Amino acid sequence: MTDPSAAYEIVIGLEVHAQLRTHSKMFCGCPTAFGAPPNSQTCPVCQGMPGSLPVINRRAVEFGVRTALAFHCRVNASCRFARKHYYYPDMPKNYQISQYEEPLAEDGWLELEADGQPRRIAIQRLHLEEDVGRLIHEGTLETAHASLVDFNRSGVPLMETVSQPDVRSPEEAAAYLRAFRAVLLYLGVCDGNMEEGSLRCDANISLRRRGASELGTKVEIKNLNSFKNVQRALEFEALRQREALDRGERIVQETRLWDADRGRTRPMRGKEQAHDYRYFPEPDLVPLELGRASVEAVGADLPELPAARRQRFVREYGLPAYDADLLTQTRALADYYEAAVREVPHPKLVSNWIMSELLREIPADDERALAASPIPPRHLAGLLRLVADGTITGKIAKDVFEKMFRSGEDALTIVGREGLTQVADTAALGAVVDQVLRANPKAVEDWRRGKKAAAGALVGQVMKATQGKANPSVVNSLLEAKLSQL
Amino acid sequence: MITQLTVHALVEQFRRGAATPSAAARAYLDRIAAVDPSVRAYITVTPERALAAAAAADARWRAGRPLSPIDGVPIAVKDLLCTKGVRTTCGSRILEHFVPPYDATVIERLEAAGTVLLGKTNMDEFAMGSSTEHSAFFATRNPWDLARVPGGSSGGSGAAVAADLAAAALGSDTGGSIRQPAAFTGTVGLKPTYGRVSRYGLVAFASSLDQIGPFAKDVIDAALVLRVIAGRDPLDSTSADVPAPDFVAELGRPIAGLRLGVPQEYFVEGMDPEVEAAVREAIEVLKRLGGRAEAISLPTTDYALAAYYLIAPAEASSNLARYDGVKYGSRVAGARDVIDMYSKTRARGFGPEVKRRIMLGTYALSAGYYAAYYGKAQKVRTLVRRDFDAAFARVDVIVAPTTPNLPFKHGEKEDPLAMYLNDVLTIPVNLAGLPGISVRCGFSLAGLPIGLQFIGRPFDEATLLRAAHAYEQATSWQTRRPPLP
Amino acid sequence: MGGRIETREVEQVARLARLELSAEETERMREQLDRILGYIDKLRRLDTEGVPPTSHAVPMVNVMREDEPRPCLPSQEMLANAPDRSGDFFRVPRIIED
Repeated sequence: MTDPSAAYEIVIGLEVHAQLRTHSKMFCGCPTAFGAPPNSQTCPVCQGMPGSLPVINRRAVEFGVRTALAFHCRVNASCRFARKHYYYPDMPKNYQISQYEEPLAEDGWLELEADGQPRRIAIQRLHLEEDVGRLIHEGTLETAHASLVDFNRSGVPLMETVSQPDVRSPEEAAAYLRAFRAVLLYLGVCDGNMEEGSLRCDANISLRRRGASELGTKVEIKNLNSFKNVQRALEFEALRQREALDRGERIVQETRLWDADRGRTRPMRGKEQAHDYRYFPEPDLVPLELGRASVEAVGADLPELPAARRQRFVREYGLPAYDADLLTQTRALADYYEAAVREVPHPKLVSNWIMSELLREIPADDERALAASPIPPRHLAGLLRLVADGTITGKIAKDVFEKMFRSGEDALTIVGREGLTQVADTAALGAVVDQVLRANPKAVEDWRRGKKAAAGALVGQVMKATQGKANPSVVNSLLEAKLSQL
Repeated sequence: MITQLTVHALVEQFRRGAATPSAAARAYLDRIAAVDPSVRAYITVTPERALAAAAAADARWRAGRPLSPIDGVPIAVKDLLCTKGVRTTCGSRILEHFVPPYDATVIERLEAAGTVLLGKTNMDEFAMGSSTEHSAFFATRNPWDLARVPGGSSGGSGAAVAADLAAAALGSDTGGSIRQPAAFTGTVGLKPTYGRVSRYGLVAFASSLDQIGPFAKDVIDAALVLRVIAGRDPLDSTSADVPAPDFVAELGRPIAGLRLGVPQEYFVEGMDPEVEAAVREAIEVLKRLGGRAEAISLPTTDYALAAYYLIAPAEASSNLARYDGVKYGSRVAGARDVIDMYSKTRARGFGPEVKRRIMLGTYALSAGYYAAYYGKAQKVRTLVRRDFDAAFARVDVIVAPTTPNLPFKHGEKEDPLAMYLNDVLTIPVNLAGLPGISVRCGFSLAGLPIGLQFIGRPFDEATLLRAAHAYEQATSWQTRRPPLP
Repeated sequence: MGGRIETREVEQVARLARLELSAEETERMREQLDRILGYIDKLRRLDTEGVPPTSHAVPMVNVMREDEPRPCLPSQEMLANAPDRSGDFFRVPRIIED
């Protein structure tokens, strides 16, 4: 939480690299699938062999445009690729084909909610580039005598977005990333998996005296592999910089690595020199001119995005913000919810069941697991219909749910087979209640002497006697009637 | 001798059954063994592959089912083109043992046409040079005078065709590297329009300037080879989606009425008087054939060389960054870390001219200098192109010398800048992306060949070939042979 | 854009280009580059105000390919030219930052 009384204002900018979910690489036809044996998914192009040439992947461009529009960016009428030069063993050509002066899109924003108020974080630019290979060090980077290179990942399409330094706290940075990621998942352009590296984030942070307009010296932080670590690293760095400034020290402009084990940032090893990337327009590729019509067609095809969907859930289904938030975490989950509600129009009931029962089995952000769920929406709807019309009790329903999850069967089948239908017949229940009253004289006596809560135990006994199938409200009224008659 | 025949004459013999591809291949291989030790056109000869391909071609001609009009023809290829399974050195130590796992698109097309690969020819290292003296391995000699250079960078290919060590050959041209050696070796050398021929598999020197083209014994042969290699390639984003006409079909059409532009700036101060005289006489021949010559001006010509020597090295410095000893090529052993490995490998593996251009190019792109150097040169490039566009509003073909000088002696031009000046008449054509061809138009008193250059509109190789063919047919320079066995 | 390039700049460029040059080579390179840059200096005399740069000789746009996977080359073929390998990986010496 930003402390308005703090002497310094925190200024954060975020750079996100997202691997695009195309079938083939950015500039060649090699597959992008993760986990293949080393150097088995390469060709002369992505290995930078002499004589090889790149060819742009159309779908990667489409994904870039889609994302740009979702973030309200201006898609540039023309853009081009550029070479960015630096030497590193994971770079097959020792230049990366990226975009520089003419990126795909610029000047967009992402809206966050802070203290109930919407806040816009401006997005400066969005561009496409190719990923580099993977290095494995024989030891650690610091101690290794040699390293190994696998170029399978080299050439995978990357989309880079750079925010303006509008983020004002570490917490807000994590919120930005969460919201950013949700949009990418909704668009279907990226896996959003930070642990696997399909989503990466670098942050830069500086401090300035509250009220000052000039920016302080910024420090770049790398090696952030989860949203939690982004927040922790920024919290540490903000503190470090504040303490240094309080001591009258200058902040050094540098790149620091986050050490999650030790919980601190440290400077990168070796002499820090600003890179001279020697950008120039990529001569092996021709410019892209994205006509308004084709861009608008992509825009017309955008799915309903997380923020809009969340608001609609509140409005249309009367759900509390908390529910709407949780249910719209992924497009798949939101689709699941709406599919179920379409069949059993009890929005809060469906929401409760998803939140408490379904999400106990399946993580809320795991679209794959949800798609593979043994309980599709119509099965959940079927179960909840039985609850809503009183065929089974809520407690029985929970058991049925578990059985459905394990077997994949629908509710009716299980209820029918196991005779779990709720008993609401007053005559039958009346007899059970009489039995229970006879068998529990102490509880009856407690009740008579004013301990009304003793009725609860008696209800429990009736439920036990009926294997949970007794309709609770019928039991309650019967019990009350009979007890008052005693 | 079968090795003296043009491609079209040779193919006629195949058709009539008077000769077979195997006989031709054997004859060329024998001649290479006998004569190439003096000329040194080849880095790698591929006899087994050649004979196997020739035998297959024999069968096809016998059955009357050739794959193409040049099926079975023995061809040499500049060692800058990737040939699968065959060593490709680019004239450099850094790729001395590199064996590509893939074929360049033009190689695939030549193979699909049934041609027979004789081997890979010598060149200036990474195509940087005008004399083939910058090959890391050895210098090639001009068949017309073994003490002189054959030109460069495709000197090996030019010499091979001139000395009848191949029926035709492929080279590459970035600033004149086909046309200038063609002039020096008295062969036909064609640089197609940029984008006419796929660059996939051509080891890149300057990506926005490089083009692959044929060396041939006459213009018909050049057209025959161009027809096989030209055309859009989905693997090369810069290859143009322009349909390739039948370049051979239009050749015989007379050139009466063709408007010829003679650029005054191409008759440079200090050019060899014999070259100038031969070219001026050639223009008279063209006029007698009905061509209408007029003087034109290409005012930016004087700046083109300077612009080229910023653009080409800049792109080269980028294209050659990949030679780092990691994935292929030589590596220096015993480096203390990867940066040390890079620096020593590249220092050891590249020759002085390549290093010079990498340094120049890196400097031109570096922070603070981009606008003044590379950026400025790209603007000059626009002006060069505008000159040509204006000229082609008035003329159909431009006629000029190919080089300002005659073939010089080995070791004569040690000063890099003096060497660069060889290309002053060919470079503007690359900057503008236009097609250009050089044909023989005479000999100096000492018996050295002189080249005549035709420059055409974009994708108008047909008119170039027609004009060049008409000139060739009206003269008999072709009958003269170099003083070799 | 002057024709004068200093030794310090030559050393810096050599570092950027990953070329190890001896002191002698550096000096020779400096002389040669100086001369070449001196020749190139003539471009300054040409007025290019308002002239757009040419990046591509033939104006083309929107050349792209469909997102369809194509067969890769087998790893053994890709590794065949490796100067140093470890199993199916390329192997490089100790990595340090510049």
